[in-house]
Amino acid sequence: MLSGMPGRTLAAADTSDPQQRWPFDEPLTPENIVTGYNNFYEFGLDKTDPARYAEALTTTPWSVEIAGAAERTGRFDLDDVLKDLAVEDRVYRFRCVEAWSMVVPWQGVSLGALLNKFKPTSNAKYVEFTTLKRPSEMRGQRSFFSGIDWPYVEGLRMDEAQHPLSLIATGVYGKPLPNQNGAPLRLIVPWKYGFKSIKSIVKIRFMERQPKNTWQILAPREYGFYANVNPDVDHPRWSQASERRLPSTLFSPNRRPTLPFNGYGEEVAGLYAGLDLQRNF
Amino acid sequence: MSRVLSTPAAHGLLVLLLCAPLLWLGWAIAQEALAPGSVLGADPADAVVDYLGHWSLRLLLVALAISPLRRLLGVPAIGRFRRTAGLIAFGTVVCHLLAYALLLNGLDLTVLVEDLTERRYIIAGMVAVVLLIPLAVTSTRGWQRRLRKRWQTLHRLVFPAMGAALLHLFWLTKDGFGEPLFYAAVFAALLIERIVSYRRRPTIASVARGEVPA
Repeated sequence: MLSGMPGRTLAAADTSDPQQRWPFDEPLTPENIVTGYNNFYEFGLDKTDPARYAEALTTTPWSVEIAGAAERTGRFDLDDVLKDLAVEDRVYRFRCVEAWSMVVPWQGVSLGALLNKFKPTSNAKYVEFTTLKRPSEMRGQRSFFSGIDWPYVEGLRMDEAQHPLSLIATGVYGKPLPNQNGAPLRLIVPWKYGFKSIKSIVKIRFMERQPKNTWQILAPREYGFYANVNPDVDHPRWSQASERRLPSTLFSPNRRPTLPFNGYGEEVAGLYAGLDLQRNF
Repeated sequence: MSRVLSTPAAHGLLVLLLCAPLLWLGWAIAQEALAPGSVLGADPADAVVDYLGHWSLRLLLVALAISPLRRLLGVPAIGRFRRTAGLIAFGTVVCHLLAYALLLNGLDLTVLVEDLTERRYIIAGMVAVVLLIPLAVTSTRGWQRRLRKRWQTLHRLVFPAMGAALLHLFWLTKDGFGEPLFYAAVFAALLIERIVSYRRRPTIASVARGEVPA
């Protein structure tokens, strides 16, 4: 059922119909919406702000600092981070915590394979990611009225990070990732709410203790560490039972029920055996 | 100044100005019917509700600013616009509520009931709407006459309604508190002006002492 399984190689580039080039049993969200409507508070609060203002970001040169419980740590050039990793096509559902969703054809590398290059030690129980903090190019970070303590941080349990579905995306719709979608490299964890999929990563740290994530710091009652897509656990301010699949139109909202783990339960539910998902939201 | 403001043309211009957000939305919805996504983006129901919500607050503040403006500028004719501004603001509020119930929720009653019982920002918004209804109903001259002094008292409900509407915005905001804070500051300024002008109002004693002209 899932065409987003790892192991698929890049599709032939000559197919012009995206739906044929990236087969998926649900319609793809059109490219202009994927790249024109999203949250990236570093560039503003409106969902059209990232597309409007992310041009200011320079992504070359780009390096990623690897830190914490690993044998190879230090600052690595982007090319070195990605070297020897196979770029794959992954079509994933993307479910925002705000109850809208998309279907997106990403290109990227397996997160687990990327992490293993740096030989995490047995102390590495968690992995923390950090987004670039560069207020001169990220106007949202200059905002006086934001409660966010930049830079944006996120985290995964090591077994979540090692799961074959976890992706470091470097492209979308067959093109390099646009700035507004988190260039040059971002996380995609398709069974979790979108805010877990941190963008424009500059630091990866292996940790023994569970790291904090930005939204949990800002509103711990509303956002947890796990943030698994779960129709049975409402956000305190709105229902998570259903979602608007974009593009939605005024005359047909395109509302559909939200699936546990965003439809990836078969693959990932085992990660959470014995964990109370009501409490660990 | 007063004579110009009292003309039907001035009144018509104000109606047009205050209805501009609704008129633009009507145009946008027509465009959406022709070409989905052309004006209101990928999630148009959300965009419409959001747009109407922000304009509801702005227009309520405009309506609340009419009396202070009349006093500050000393132009009594401005007061004539108060009912018009209030009713257009109320109309925008009703559109906001309808857009939420019809477009965003698709009139799904279970979702509506759940929202109304569990989500505090929805409850605050509904409180604001409910408080505004009697004000819209009794906005006519006839009701003003019938209620006499009680009309003034009744219409002070606009202040708790505005407070509830601001709470609604604060509670639904995830981050970026600049806009709600700005509206709250404007509301506070309008309240302060009222308190100051109420304290300075001529009393029988002060008139008798000849401190202010009767």
